[in-house]
Amino acid sequence: MTALLSISGLTAFYGSVQALRGVDLEVGKGEVVALIGSNGAGKSTLMMSIFGNPRARDGRILFDGQDITDMPTHEIARLSIAQSPEGRRIFSRMTVYENLQMGAAVAGFAGFEANLDKVFGIFPRLKERLKQRGGTLSGGEQQMLAIARALMSNPKLLLLDEPSLGLAPLVCKQIFETVKRLNEEEGLSVFLVEQDAHHALKLAHRAYVLVNGAVTMSGKGADLLRDPKVRAAYLEGGAH
Amino acid sequence: MLAFRRGESGGAMEVFLQQLINGVTLGSIYGLIAIGYTMVYGIIGMVNFAHGDVFMLSAFIALLILLLLTQMLGLGAAPAFIVAMGASMALTALWNYAIERVAYRRLRGSFRLAPLISAIGMSTFLANFVTVTQGPNNKSIPPMWDQVITLTSGGAYDVTLSYRQILIVAVTGVLLAAFWFVVQKTPLGRAQRACEQDAKMAALLGVDVNRTVALTFVIGAALAAVAGSLYLLQYGVVKSTDGFVPGVKAFTAAVLGGIGSLPGAVLGGLLIGLIETLWGQYFSSDYKDVAAFSVLAVTLIFMPSGLMGRPDVEKV
Repeated sequence: MTALLSISGLTAFYGSVQALRGVDLEVGKGEVVALIGSNGAGKSTLMMSIFGNPRARDGRILFDGQDITDMPTHEIARLSIAQSPEGRRIFSRMTVYENLQMGAAVAGFAGFEANLDKVFGIFPRLKERLKQRGGTLSGGEQQMLAIARALMSNPKLLLLDEPSLGLAPLVCKQIFETVKRLNEEEGLSVFLVEQDAHHALKLAHRAYVLVNGAVTMSGKGADLLRDPKVRAAYLEGGAH
Repeated sequence: MLAFRRGESGGAMEVFLQQLINGVTLGSIYGLIAIGYTMVYGIIGMVNFAHGDVFMLSAFIALLILLLLTQMLGLGAAPAFIVAMGASMALTALWNYAIERVAYRRLRGSFRLAPLISAIGMSTFLANFVTVTQGPNNKSIPPMWDQVITLTSGGAYDVTLSYRQILIVAVTGVLLAAFWFVVQKTPLGRAQRACEQDAKMAALLGVDVNRTVALTFVIGAALAAVAGSLYLLQYGVVKSTDGFVPGVKAFTAAVLGGIGSLPGAVLGGLLIGLIETLWGQYFSSDYKDVAAFSVLAVTLIFMPSGLMGRPDVEKV
């Protein structure tokens, strides 16, 4: 499988604190890859450093064969990588519709109406809230909006940071099913950070375990799901 | 108009009406400058202390072009003013773009006071630059459009509305409407608002934050140049230190209206203009500035985020 995203030896700092210690990771075309790990392991930092924020101190990041390590953030976004980031970061003083427009703008509003129908199909709630300001949505609705906004740009690679956070179990299941469907039907590549290791590993083709800013384990999702160490640490109420 | 009881009470109503007209004219100019403060504050959280001097600079640019066109090329007042205002908008925008690039951009990630101090330096530079190149004295233009419309006559005092005042309020109104449309309805304005709310996220969505910030300075300067040209038209003179007082007043207007809020800036501008003229009329013109700032202080005690500012309460 050809690599869509390929990270090698990635090191990154927050101020003087080293957050990533030489991470090697790959996401293939048409693959769903999960990254699991406990709080503070550096999962979200890894997500953001793909966009150069924080910038890599060392190592290289390639997207679609192109070196994006030192590219400005907005230019990376224009290569069709979309992210639903940690903390959702929806624009709270814009309406739901404007938030979705923000997502579509990077792709020049290509297929805007069709994408709109698609995200309304996934999250009918957003259609009801279309004229409401983002800040007045509930936490779960904001999460839906963040994911929907990312989908509006026809991404080649979708980065999802904790998509299940704050969502009711039913909606959560629905989101995982949606990711699976988008992957299977449209060949969307997905890189997923999750606390909910069980669902993430079931969904993902492959997964990585991140501990203290370094990858300690990787393999097929199903294999990791059976791995006793992973089970002890992330699945059976260990380090959550 | 209202039915006045003319002649009675020494024309009190007429005086009030006249000052109302004057206050709205002055307030329009403050409002246009205040937008520059409020937009820059909104997007990078910085009080641009040089903005008043950018306003002064724009008035000088308009003055030079106006004199060139009317005195040397013999152009009529109306076309000359339109050209001068347009050119002043373009050149002042260019100036402010350069100022942002040179004095603020590199300091954006730095501690909060750094760009502020740089702005104070830029303010001093601009005022002195104009003093050195244009001299410290008042520069004047020949009066233009000094015809008036008499609204009431026969009383103790004639209430008049000058063509200039109509022009000032009309130009302000049209430009604010256009500006409002750009900010609310165009992709450009949407990107601008996105950067204002969360610049990091805007970048993740492909918005070039540096470009958007530069654009904010350009728009703010263009509106300040409109204010500068209209100020020149209304008062006929400008000097190199004229950036300070209108600048501080407009900043007060922005804070009074709620810094970060565009309608707030306009409302604040009108209020400061009105308070100043009415206080000057009825109490003491020496203390008119004190009145304007006192209203600000009292308002902030009861409404800390200004009249139309939003306290940042957000769901998490």
